[in-house]
Amino acid sequence: MKSKKRIFIHLGLLFSVFVIASPIILAILFSTQTPGEIFSYPPKFIFGSAFLENYKIAWTTFHLGKYMLNSLYIAFAVTIGKTIIAFAAALVLVYFRFSLKNWFFVFILFTLMMPTEIMIVSLFDLVAKIGWANSYAALIVPFLASATGTFLFRQHFLQIPVSLLDAARIDGAGPIRFAWNILLPMSANVIAALAVIEFVYVWNQYLWPLVVIRENSRQMIQIGLRMMITGQDATNWGVVMAGAIISLIPALIVFLLLQEQFSRGFALSQEK
Amino acid sequence: MEKREVFKNSYLAFILAFPTLIILLLFLYYPTFKTFILSFYQVGFLGLSKIFVGIENYITLFTDPNYQQIFYNTFIFVVSNVGLSLGLGLLLAVLANTKVKGWRIYRLLLIWPYALPPAVAGVIFLFMFNTQVGIINYFLGHFIGIKPDWLSNPILAMFVIILASVWKNIGYNVVFYLAALQNLPGDVLEAAEIDGASCWQKFWHITFPLLSPMTLFLLIMDTIAAFFDCFAFVDILTKGGPAGSTTLLIYSIYRDGFEYFKTGMAAAQSVILFIIVVILTILQLRLSKNWVSYSR
Repeated sequence: MKSKKRIFIHLGLLFSVFVIASPIILAILFSTQTPGEIFSYPPKFIFGSAFLENYKIAWTTFHLGKYMLNSLYIAFAVTIGKTIIAFAAALVLVYFRFSLKNWFFVFILFTLMMPTEIMIVSLFDLVAKIGWANSYAALIVPFLASATGTFLFRQHFLQIPVSLLDAARIDGAGPIRFAWNILLPMSANVIAALAVIEFVYVWNQYLWPLVVIRENSRQMIQIGLRMMITGQDATNWGVVMAGAIISLIPALIVFLLLQEQFSRGFALSQEK
Repeated sequence: MEKREVFKNSYLAFILAFPTLIILLLFLYYPTFKTFILSFYQVGFLGLSKIFVGIENYITLFTDPNYQQIFYNTFIFVVSNVGLSLGLGLLLAVLANTKVKGWRIYRLLLIWPYALPPAVAGVIFLFMFNTQVGIINYFLGHFIGIKPDWLSNPILAMFVIILASVWKNIGYNVVFYLAALQNLPGDVLEAAEIDGASCWQKFWHITFPLLSPMTLFLLIMDTIAAFFDCFAFVDILTKGGPAGSTTLLIYSIYRDGFEYFKTGMAAAQSVILFIIVVILTILQLRLSKNWVSYSR
């Protein structure tokens, strides 16, 4: 009885895993096929003969290589910048005493209710006025600070024993040295968690770059993928699927490598 | 916490806090404030003219049948998307929580779509549900003999968008439900088993009620996310069509703001969406506070 149940559970899980993965499996298979192979009836569920060609067209003719570089650059800039800025803000929140501190906390807390997407019209006006329309700055700077990152670090700092702080102070360490020598090395896990969440978030950005970037050569990867399907009738689906796989891979690799941190980051970010 | 607040150098504190202050102020608070103001104006093409119209934009929003349909579409989408993501997420988490061999690998293979870029999911679904070459219509045509025109039928188009978005969202729910399931008190479940409770009884009378704080949390998070995450799916799969049947609030904000140049209307819709998010976030913060006190 027990083992019978186990087999059913395995079958249920295998089935679910297969269903969830099937769109990607299909995309991978079709990304290697020529238009002729894709239009054949019945469809061929095997690797086709246009693997190199399709990926090359997506990479060079549709400039996905260029867009990927843009996205990587922006993702790194946001991830590194946000980590430093959030770390500094959390340091202030936990280890400093000054008069308006509670206001600072509430000020950050309120921004949890302000997703960028809602304010997109006014944000665009603002960015255009500053002269950042069409620039990487518009894709980077507005995302450098966030409540999530700050609270992630704050939560972590609150769990670090006070005795470490006392010991550092007896040694005569000021706030910067304490942060650099003690807090930073102890925060590796939080930094990893934040980095994965941010990297995937920026990599997947869609609405904001669509609105703010007009010059194609500066575009981000997801909008690059969007540009591949605008000429509906002549769509070469093999090439488009190759583009989809290319646009997916970096986010997926980061996720797979750091999935423990990813899950932990979620867990941390919600227990505020 | 008090004992940690030892540094009193206000200048240094200000310097460290400054980047956060200025960025949040400039790129979140100011645009939010500006959106409220804009929603009371009628803005001409390219912002050349700006006329104060009071609450006229809001009146249009609630009386114009086109906008009423957008609210209705959004409601249908959010409810179905959240319901399905939660239900399937729970089901998969319960399956994966049975500590069968290799559950870690199963877990990974169940949650990975969370990292999936929405544009990629949209493009793949566009291909799968293509009327002529799509794989879905191949199977339907082969086994049942029908080839529906998915994205040209109002109900089917909405169905495809919901499906794509559920596919991407399940992982998030599985992660959290699994974490909650693994923290359940084992002794209660064991006691029930000794009393001869069936699997279904155990789930319905013990597991599910114990999971209710997590369900509430996910319900709110999924709902907030549903309002925004749908943008790429709508943009890639249907452009809001056919006949406006899949125009969702966030897509309408984009279209009014950047394609139809009805900036005031876009701002008014943003304000409505903002109010919804504020209510949900306050609810979530309240609940998570209670939740922490439960666990102590």
